[in-house]
Amino acid sequence: MRYIDEFRDQAVARGLAEAIAAAVEPGREYRLMEFCGGHTHAIFRYGVPDLMPANLRFVHGPGCPVCVLPIARLDQAIALAERHRVTLCTYGDLMRVPASGGRSLLTAKAGGADVRLVYSTQDALALARREPDRQVVFLAIGFETTTPPTAVALKAARAEGLTNFSVFCNHVLTPPALRAILAAAAPDGVQIDGILGPSHVSTVIGSRPYAFVPEVFGTPLVIAGFEPLDVMHATLMLVRQINAGEHRVENQYTRAVTEAGNAKAQALVNEVFTRRAAFEWRGLGWLPDSALALAEAYADLDAERRFPVEVAAAREVKGCDCPSILRGVKRPTDCRLFGTACTPQTPLGACMVSSEGACAAYWSYGRFRAAGRAA
Amino acid sequence: MCLAIPARITAIAPSGQEATVTLGDVAKVVSLALVDDVAVGDYVLLHVGYALSKVSAEEAERTLALMVEAGLMEAPPSAAPSPTDAR
Repeated sequence: MRYIDEFRDQAVARGLAEAIAAAVEPGREYRLMEFCGGHTHAIFRYGVPDLMPANLRFVHGPGCPVCVLPIARLDQAIALAERHRVTLCTYGDLMRVPASGGRSLLTAKAGGADVRLVYSTQDALALARREPDRQVVFLAIGFETTTPPTAVALKAARAEGLTNFSVFCNHVLTPPALRAILAAAAPDGVQIDGILGPSHVSTVIGSRPYAFVPEVFGTPLVIAGFEPLDVMHATLMLVRQINAGEHRVENQYTRAVTEAGNAKAQALVNEVFTRRAAFEWRGLGWLPDSALALAEAYADLDAERRFPVEVAAAREVKGCDCPSILRGVKRPTDCRLFGTACTPQTPLGACMVSSEGACAAYWSYGRFRAAGRAA
Repeated sequence: MCLAIPARITAIAPSGQEATVTLGDVAKVVSLALVDDVAVGDYVLLHVGYALSKVSAEEAERTLALMVEAGLMEAPPSAAPSPTDAR
């Protein structure tokens, strides 16, 4: 398919790999964090680490919305579906994520709760229109990429006067998470020499919101597309900046990302949402100004207000290293549950469930490679 | 969850709010609520049923050329480095 195949071309990849190998300076370490789980999976799916010199390694970031969602929020969503008997709609990624007590949305569904998987917020709206006697709650989750579609749905519900549609909002913001990771000092922090910036988050917010990364932390950032050649190209751009002692925001993904981003989407999001004072992230803790809630004008469509629920303190799975893995402090293979008790078939932590989680990437593409190296 | 796929617009509804796109052999109706100025034949990034942004053909070509050039730079030293990539 156009814009996919050409960015997976083997010959070009080989050339980029040689260029990177030639560019890195011996004796220097290049620790590059890819923020997005989409990058983590591209890196492993296409075997990019095997094409890199030994002194360059990728550190996996927290850019997996399902993984950073605190268990308490998931417990609340399950309670909402069970106690208020609403129809809870959400994206497929979230269905199997472990909540407290070994539960998940899928087990809640099996137990009789009306939990439904939707592809789009449009599907949730259509369900609300079709079944006016049911209260339809959309469990919204995702970074800036996924927020505008929720805003569109809320505006449509308002315009149509849909009284049986509401949103349980868990949308989070990328820049505050980046800031938290860069600000974390050792031993909790991880040394990062450069950042591969988000692809599709950046199509919405543009490249400007990352200016603080070089300005405050002196770290170069290159916005990169999700195809393997994009990752390698952006890696080369980062290596060049690091070698030159520079730190700037550069944009490798120019075919989709501009400096200003998608103004239409931004305006919608600003109208419908407001910033929460703070929000809890798994692995990163409570971060100020890091998440969105429905704006006052849309308060009547806020499921948190319409269907209040209280849940007991959430319990993390004992031994699960998701929190450290999300900060890049540990690798999936450092977790003693990895590949033994925790696999995609029986996930104990969110990082193993999501198609963006680092553990899932290691399991799906990396475990044979690691075994081969150890041998 | 942030994955988005390039899809080609094959038809736009009279309302201007929806379009039919193709991805390989799959056709799908998607919302145009988040984009302006799209036309049949354009490629857009498709994300959870919405066109999120246009894909620029010119920029895609330029990026590919830069990638190829970066690889060629490491060819034998006799090859002259390109002016845009002198480092």
